[in-house]
Amino acid sequence: MECPKGFYYTKTHEWVKVDGNCATVGITSHAAEQLGDIVFVELPEVGREVKHGEAFVVVESVKAVSDCYAPVSGRVIEVNQELVNHPELVNQDAFGAGWMVKIEMSDARELGELMDEVQYKKVLEEEGLSK
Amino acid sequence: MSDVKYTPLYSLHQKCGARIEPFAGWAMPIQYTGIIEEHNSVRTSCGVFDVSHMGEIRVKGKKASVFLQQMLTNDIVKGYIGRVIYSPMCNPEGGVIDDMTVYCLGNEEYMLVVNASRTEIDFRWLSERAGDGVNVEDISLRLAEIALQGPASASVLQKIWPKCMELRYYHFERYRAGEKEVIVSRTGYTGEDGYEIYCDWEDAPELWETLMDAGADEGITPCGLGCRDTLRLEAGMPLYGHELDESHTPIEAGLERFVCTDKGDFVGAASLKEQLASGTRVRLCGFQMIEPGIARAGYRVLDGGKVIGVVTSGSHSPTLGKAIGMAYVESELAVPGKRIDIDLRGRVRTAEIVKLPFYKRHKK
Repeated sequence: MECPKGFYYTKTHEWVKVDGNCATVGITSHAAEQLGDIVFVELPEVGREVKHGEAFVVVESVKAVSDCYAPVSGRVIEVNQELVNHPELVNQDAFGAGWMVKIEMSDARELGELMDEVQYKKVLEEEGLSK
Repeated sequence: MSDVKYTPLYSLHQKCGARIEPFAGWAMPIQYTGIIEEHNSVRTSCGVFDVSHMGEIRVKGKKASVFLQQMLTNDIVKGYIGRVIYSPMCNPEGGVIDDMTVYCLGNEEYMLVVNASRTEIDFRWLSERAGDGVNVEDISLRLAEIALQGPASASVLQKIWPKCMELRYYHFERYRAGEKEVIVSRTGYTGEDGYEIYCDWEDAPELWETLMDAGADEGITPCGLGCRDTLRLEAGMPLYGHELDESHTPIEAGLERFVCTDKGDFVGAASLKEQLASGTRVRLCGFQMIEPGIARAGYRVLDGGKVIGVVTSGSHSPTLGKAIGMAYVESELAVPGKRIDIDLRGRVRTAEIVKLPFYKRHKK
């Protein structure tokens, strides 16, 4: 299972890539694979204030619906409009073109509670799902 | 719950990297590569499904047809050897115990193909009511079933059994496969042309491989239960446990044409006749989402804030490219064109009632 370096991870399978005060958020390729074919991503409104742990994105696959939780608190400054017409990008390129939301962080210290790729791989192994 | 059961093709699915999940007590392949890809293969070419989890119950004896005529809502006697008949089976209140295909195998010999989740219940229901002259036997673990579905099915299968081209819809024949015999019927659960093939449990892997080889040029695709569900939903076919259960009748489910009220008495007849005469409180209907989101089973259907029904199945339709579903809605409101709201986990979204089925194949 792909878990790129330099990303932060959550136990609920979101990833975070930090650039200055901006956190780009998506779901991991493991999460995307588990969901199967993703057919709809409901993104938050730009400008919305989100709290760490708050459900802020809804991902619908053919079989199931799943919430994504904000890994950090802050203001939504951009959403990936490409996903409106091409939700399959999340399956195809979870860590790249399938990104979902950019958050202007209000408290970068929250990043300290997230995992690095080594810790996240361990979580996957514990779930017995890592290949 | 007893232990998980495995079909004779289980290790083959594992080898192919299928995603295996429990379904009705069976470890079944849900998908191989992806539900949408498999779905589209069935709509455009052909796909092959392991449906060995389906139950088979044999009913034979000199009173078999009289017995089934009493137990089932459809007219079994209009069948003849080689015919397949679809029928609900009801309780005295008209609630659906199961829905099934009935194979008229011989003189006073029938095979009922029933839902995996209902096999034990059906078997008990029938056994307890079968009198002298009727023998009911659960042969589910002796017969495997493989479905070949899609527009290319006939051209693939005729490479193995040329006569299958002439087989008419809802008819079956017995063909030879080496030393053994198989039952091949022109039936299915996808809305496409196709076949369902019954063979001995241990012969299933060889049959699967033979089909895969025969369909190689047509791009035959192994398919899981995930796309079986999206295909049957597009075709407006009910699934037991979703559209059908003991608290809904075949009339409410829109299956009137499989309820034969002029054949003499049968279990549930009085209740069903009453509903046919005076109407039902609720009615199964199709809907498509107008606003974004997918309505799933169990979500509430609203009209002006008032609950008027409940979603039974819902998914993304790969063929139509939009979200569709079926729901039980108060009968007077279940009219095509009617705008409804559906509560998607707290997000109320607009949908529209539409005619079933969502998808109909072009018949040649």
